[in-house]
Amino acid sequence: MEQQLASILDKYQHNPLRLMDILIDIQESAGYISEEAVGYIAPELNISRADVEQTRSFYHFFSKKPTGKYSIFLNTSVTAYMMRRNAVARTFEQEAGIPFNSVTRDGLIGLFDTSCIGMSDQEPAAIINGKIFPNLTPFRVKELIRDIRAGKSMEELVVEGYGDGENSNEDIRAVVNNNIRKIGPVLDPRYKPGEVIWDILPKLTPEQVIEEVKNSNIRGRGGAGFPTGMKWELCRKAKADEKYIICNADEGEPGTFKDRVILTERPKLLLEGMVIAAYATGATRGILYVRHEYKYLKTYLENLIQGAHERNLMGNDIAGIKGFNFDVRIQFGAGSYVCGEESALIESAEGKRGEPRDKPPFPVESGYLGKPTVVNNVETFCSAVKVLLNGGEWYRSFGTEDSTGTKVLSISGDCRYPGIYEVEWGFSVNDICEMAGAEDIQGVQVGGPSGSLVGPGDFDRTLCFADLSTGGSLIMFNYSRDLLQDVVLNFTNFFIEESCGSCSTCRIMPVLLRDKLKKILDARGVKKDMDDILAWAEVLKASRCGLGQTASNPIISSIRNFKHLYEQKIRRGTEYDTGFDLNMAMQDGMAATGRFPVTQS
Amino acid sequence: MEKPVIATTSLAGCFGCHMSLLDIDERILELIELVDFNKSPINDIKTFTRECDIGLIEGGCCLDENVHVLEDFRKHCRILVSVGECAIMGGLPAMRNGIPIRECLEEAYLNGPTVRYTNNEKIMPNDEELPIMLDRVYPCHEVVKIDYFLPGCPPRADLIWNALTALINNREMDLPYEVFKFD
Repeated sequence: MEQQLASILDKYQHNPLRLMDILIDIQESAGYISEEAVGYIAPELNISRADVEQTRSFYHFFSKKPTGKYSIFLNTSVTAYMMRRNAVARTFEQEAGIPFNSVTRDGLIGLFDTSCIGMSDQEPAAIINGKIFPNLTPFRVKELIRDIRAGKSMEELVVEGYGDGENSNEDIRAVVNNNIRKIGPVLDPRYKPGEVIWDILPKLTPEQVIEEVKNSNIRGRGGAGFPTGMKWELCRKAKADEKYIICNADEGEPGTFKDRVILTERPKLLLEGMVIAAYATGATRGILYVRHEYKYLKTYLENLIQGAHERNLMGNDIAGIKGFNFDVRIQFGAGSYVCGEESALIESAEGKRGEPRDKPPFPVESGYLGKPTVVNNVETFCSAVKVLLNGGEWYRSFGTEDSTGTKVLSISGDCRYPGIYEVEWGFSVNDICEMAGAEDIQGVQVGGPSGSLVGPGDFDRTLCFADLSTGGSLIMFNYSRDLLQDVVLNFTNFFIEESCGSCSTCRIMPVLLRDKLKKILDARGVKKDMDDILAWAEVLKASRCGLGQTASNPIISSIRNFKHLYEQKIRRGTEYDTGFDLNMAMQDGMAATGRFPVTQS
Repeated sequence: MEKPVIATTSLAGCFGCHMSLLDIDERILELIELVDFNKSPINDIKTFTRECDIGLIEGGCCLDENVHVLEDFRKHCRILVSVGECAIMGGLPAMRNGIPIRECLEEAYLNGPTVRYTNNEKIMPNDEELPIMLDRVYPCHEVVKIDYFLPGCPPRADLIWNALTALINNREMDLPYEVFKFD
């Protein structure tokens, strides 16, 4: 074991900043990260054992116990349940002979739940030893377990044939499908890689690049919508010996899978965008932070970066511009939604727990290793390339006044054509339902669990920052769904699962909210429970980051837009009732101490 | 017009929220111009002598006595406010909620390293003067109806001040993020 650990440590030059990569490699080679391994690597990295422990314990895909020779992680997202996850999960349990979150006695198979893996258009999906297995059925599960028991290799487990587009590339070879339904500037297949870097960048000063990006009015595509040009300018103006460009490809919002498709089909566009951002800001290093669930793209992306170096699109004196040096490394996550928050992502890229930082300072002043850092979404970088290619004015011709350009949407749920749609900002929810072949729709979740659940009364509202803002996820629910039980409860559980635990508001309040919701679903709720929920949503706003601040959104937006569903279940005539019974609450304490002095032998 | 009357108490709390109330500094002079205090550890009035307008509750309920005090507050106060993490969510004391109360008591009085060899008669304190531990720590809203919630551990003095003056003057509360953010 020590030999293996030593070679992993050598691979990362014993650098504690690469703790994530080191732990990922150990997890992958040994199937878990043992106490002994932690004890071995801590002194080698010159950090405390606790430093290693806290990173190991934070991420979903790190385990201190063996996870089985075949570790099966089955997605728990709402779309998985909609596509008969229960039947698939039951078959997994029956065939493997163990309940979820355990490992067979022979150590062969481990079954685990996991939050959304970015396959909402092909659910239910599982990750087995890093490989994606979408569109699972009970029959397919029986086949898989039989083949695993027969000792087949991971390659042999795949019987579906590879997916469309680059999914069949020999560096990927995934069963995943892109499902691209509508293209626009970002997904345009006529893209010529390197064109902007070679032909346009040398003619512009960094300030002119920033000016053009500002002129396009492009705003961050991750959901928050911060003006990209301004972010770049702030970073440009920050004084430091080193600056960083980070691409946030950690899309963890349930229902979102657009980055998966961009990383598969337009990764060169994304990398080109990072190079442009580096030129504009004066950064010399970049990090592409990709969620662990997309690790099957690792070789493919690494080879592309290698190729960019060979073509002088990265490295030194890029495109002949003297002194313009920039290099990108890939950082994989290890299963954590909160790492999509930029400061948590930076912490994670530094090898630490993905806990959001207290702000200010913002990353543009003090980001990765305390240096000025631009963190942008995958799509933002892609759009920036097109802005430089065709001009800011051209870009502004798409979309609405406050939301220019296009948005790549991930559409899933009850519709005939789930998949990726690149549309101009300003489409209404109705347009999108029609486009995706969604009929008889009761509600649409816009922007994932942290967004809002809207009903037919709001379907003429438009997607843009001023109205319905979204990071790109839309999930459709028809009238066969129980919105509160199937959707709102699932999303609330997601927030409970994914809280980093740093702020007590976010660690505890969603649990109290879920209990209230369950109380109402059990028809024990009263009017005061709804009032409390609304008041507590405000309490959650005290949290440090967006995860905590929006953790009540599923419940709040459903109370706002589907009030009748709650009112049907609320008991009338009772103002306040929690079922608290003092005598019951005292019983155990009294029994433990007794009425008379207790002596125990 | 008669001044509004305020009562305060600390249940299963650490008095940190009361300290934070005192942290309003010289505004305390303004406060005593604005309001009268009734039952409160600040003036050491032990029992309600009149009906109050606002009751500030620090801490959740871990003892039967906490429940009685809280119910008394509900009876005498027009508006009840849960102040701080413990009142709202149980807070630090609620860390015992995953462990049966018998185990907690045995650890504290029979098995813990400081009592294992000294409590030779294996006595668990049970004088009838002592309050009785509840099976878990309850946030206040599970015991009585709570009207408002002020987050923080403790809530910043400015937050308490803003909330009190808003309540007294019957206006919307001024709530910039900096005043109530967690860190």
